[in-house]
Amino acid sequence: MDRIPILKFGNALLVTIQVDMHDRLATALEEDLTAKIVEYNAKGVLIDISALEIVDSFIGRMLDNIAAVSRILDADTVVVGMRPAVAITLVELGLSLTGVKTALNVERGMELIKARLRTTESEEDDVEQ
Amino acid sequence: MAANVGTVAELVGNNEQTILPEWVGLQKKSGSLQTGRITEGELLSQSRDFLHLLRDGLAKGGNDAANPAYGPARQLLGDISRSRALQGFSPRETATFVFSLKQPLFNALNRNTTLSPTQAAELTWSTTLLLDELGIYTLEVFQKSREEVIVRQQREIAELSTPVVKLWDGILALPLIGTLDSQRTQVVMENLLQTIVDTEAEIAIIDITGVPTVDTLTAQHLLKTVAAARLMGADCIISGIRPQIAQTMVHLGVELNVVSKATLADALAVALERTGRAVTRLKNSVSGSGAHAKLSEKGQ
Repeated sequence: MDRIPILKFGNALLVTIQVDMHDRLATALEEDLTAKIVEYNAKGVLIDISALEIVDSFIGRMLDNIAAVSRILDADTVVVGMRPAVAITLVELGLSLTGVKTALNVERGMELIKARLRTTESEEDDVEQ
Repeated sequence: MAANVGTVAELVGNNEQTILPEWVGLQKKSGSLQTGRITEGELLSQSRDFLHLLRDGLAKGGNDAANPAYGPARQLLGDISRSRALQGFSPRETATFVFSLKQPLFNALNRNTTLSPTQAAELTWSTTLLLDELGIYTLEVFQKSREEVIVRQQREIAELSTPVVKLWDGILALPLIGTLDSQRTQVVMENLLQTIVDTEAEIAIIDITGVPTVDTLTAQHLLKTVAAARLMGADCIISGIRPQIAQTMVHLGVELNVVSKATLADALAVALERTGRAVTRLKNSVSGSGAHAKLSEKGQ
């Protein structure tokens, strides 16, 4: 079965969805991602969906789920590169993904995650001091 | 019966010289010319053309208005009605064109002494039905033309009133004017999201100074737009909520869980402050503290 590659990028995980998502692929991604967050102790997850043209309610819920799971495992989720048509569809479906952070492109998304990593580090520094 | 109908056709043909002036006179009396939208010459030629076509229709199609023989007459009525609708005639003025033909026709029938009273009554009745049918057709076309005008205007208004303005680098403004229905929301949303992609905007200010009323439905549409912009990674600020509207919204229990400012100027100040920190960060090239400041701002 096809799987979507998950790249480690410092303390963050990078997922680029390049193919049309079907439900099994989405479930597999959710599981893999959860495992990888724990394995690498990741603090941020960046999901790039700029190549995704069709998003249905299932994929929308999957994004929400991933965000919820990551939050429990102390990682931030940023969804980047959503197309206008996809955004409108998700809103019309009533899925505004309130638990997910969003950014226009990968660059801005990485900034968000880096900032979060710095906050965590400085907090740890504070604890050490 | 067929002979009777032929009689009317003959009657119209023979008495055109008396019917036409009487009819035009009645139309003038009812005020068709007063508004100055149509000249007497035009009225006369329209009336004459219709009378001829009506005569042809009567001769071939009897008094059944649905008969194909009335095609040309209907065509002419449709054209007249359509042009009158566009010129701004009232429905009464347009309908009078057909209905005022009754009296001259019946006068001509009465003057014809060869008809027995029964025949005359029968002919009057069938002619009334025919003219009513044609009159209703005229009104239908009139109504349809007006509706077409309204639809076209709606489309033009929708196109005109949804501009997305770039206020500053990364700051967009969306001045909404007019009532926000679901169709317009769709256009507004598409415009806004596309502009966010094109200009890589971080903040969009939705100004609702020009929105006359905000009810629960409008609020829902606003929130949808905000949610869609957020999914694209842009923050929204709503500005221009007038005092009465703010009161109405509170009374209705409408909650906009969005940053809102009283005026567009206030919203721009907030937006500049947010993006301003980002600019400072690039100048100092101390990326650490700057980015931190920006994030804490966004996280609020």
